[in-house]
Amino acid sequence: MRFLMMTTDDGSPQEPPSERLEAEMGAFIAEMSKAGVLLATGGLEPGGTYITAKDGKITVTDGPFSESKETVVGFALVEVRSREEAIELSKRFWQIVGDGRGVIKQVFGPEDLPGQ
Amino acid sequence: MTQPEREPSSVHRTIDAVWRLESPRIIAAVARLVNDLGLAEELAQDALVAALEQWPGSGVPDNPGAWLMVVAKRRAVDLIRRERRLERKIAELGHELETEGDDADLETALDPERIEDDLLRLVFTACHPVLSTPARVALTLRTLGGLTTDEIARAFLTSESTVAQRIVRAKRTLAQAGVPFEVPAGPERAARLASVLEVIYLIFNEGYAATAGDEWIRADLCREALRLGRVLAELAPEEAEVHGLVALMEIQASRMRARTGPSGEPVPLLEQDRGRWDRLLIHRGFASLLRARALGGPPGPYVLQAAIAACHAQAATAEDTDWVQIVGLYELLARTAPSPVVELNRAVAVGMAFGPERGLAIVDALVDEPSLKNYHLLPSVRGDLLARLGRTAEAAAEFTRAAALTRNAPERRLLHRRAAELAERPG
Repeated sequence: MRFLMMTTDDGSPQEPPSERLEAEMGAFIAEMSKAGVLLATGGLEPGGTYITAKDGKITVTDGPFSESKETVVGFALVEVRSREEAIELSKRFWQIVGDGRGVIKQVFGPEDLPGQ
Repeated sequence: MTQPEREPSSVHRTIDAVWRLESPRIIAAVARLVNDLGLAEELAQDALVAALEQWPGSGVPDNPGAWLMVVAKRRAVDLIRRERRLERKIAELGHELETEGDDADLETALDPERIEDDLLRLVFTACHPVLSTPARVALTLRTLGGLTTDEIARAFLTSESTVAQRIVRAKRTLAQAGVPFEVPAGPERAARLASVLEVIYLIFNEGYAATAGDEWIRADLCREALRLGRVLAELAPEEAEVHGLVALMEIQASRMRARTGPSGEPVPLLEQDRGRWDRLLIHRGFASLLRARALGGPPGPYVLQAAIAACHAQAATAEDTDWVQIVGLYELLARTAPSPVVELNRAVAVGMAFGPERGLAIVDALVDEPSLKNYHLLPSVRGDLLARLGRTAEAAAEFTRAAALTRNAPERRLLHRRAAELAERPG
């Protein structure tokens, strides 16, 4: 089962991570690779480009967006055997990072889609 | 009245997840202490039982892995102390037991580098050649994969008691043979590593071949093997063949979605919808292959097989396949690891690169090969080459023979259909 673990933030200005935190994060990522569970990871730019399609008209807007409450700022794609494993990994992540918010979503494969 | 089956509590599911993530490290660390894999596995199980008893009441600790590790190590240390006391009584030795040493061992329990060493020892010990292949597979899945005997049994279509017995016997064999808990060095290392890679690839193929059984459990087996391979690649990054095996498995797994049709029939590689291939896994496979190549040296069998898989992955369409390069790789493979199956695959590649006649010449030399006597792909490949040469009657006979040999029902239907189509054509 694949899960996308995302960290979100509310767009308020934040202090850049300390050197210690960065080192700990690096160690955590290395540990997940060594456990054979990490498929891909990355950080995302704060703003981004938004695309809206409505009645055949496509609108492209550049961020940042003051109205957006939560935006994804980082992700890790993991392959694990259960949602609980993804939650366990996520707990370790937050033990390193401290305060914050995240969301874990399953990435569906053919085995998860009914009728296929 | 039937009772609805109760969902296991969330604490139990958490314990299960923690166990799967942590048990290899715990078993490995304890095994170094007691120098006995079987005993270490039992002590780790004791820690799991303690967690199952305590956590539902007390809640899951903040660092559940460390909790389990400490409990397991404490039991190991208690055991060692008891045995030493016993030894001392017997030998009537007067000097004090050096308890500081034990505590220092506890301190190093969570040292990451130490743990990696221990894990590598665990890999080599579980795959020790003194064990039969099924025993190595079961012990590896149990100690390194954190799988239950029931899960292993379901994956290998056997009974739980058979697997349990296999594991008990394997532990006993290791103890009786006095297999030390260590990473082999020197000339022994290469042979022992080959045994490890064989076990991992066998687990992968058991899932990939899917000759029978629950398909999704078998896909899990593939993912389990991939995970073991990825772990090993980080534990032994200087071994090119480990990266070769990982590359091979990543690229083969990338085709998982494309390799079966709607009614479960296998879709041959060249007929697969390449849009359904998993680009992420292909990418990872290429990265592993590059790691292997960067280490230099002549390519081993896994690196060569991965390179062949990479050739297919690189071709945007089946027609774009670089068959001449694949033939070259099969020739190298036939020299480093000759086998009738490699020859058969080489025949397919030669048939694609230089025409069916030359492919058929290689296959014909294999017809009397005893190890391929019941291998359905031999008549299937031969039938294919004969059909391309317009020898339809012979081709139909080969497909019928292949159909009788395969254990996969949808594949059997497919082969019968090909035979029937050829029989209708004027030959």
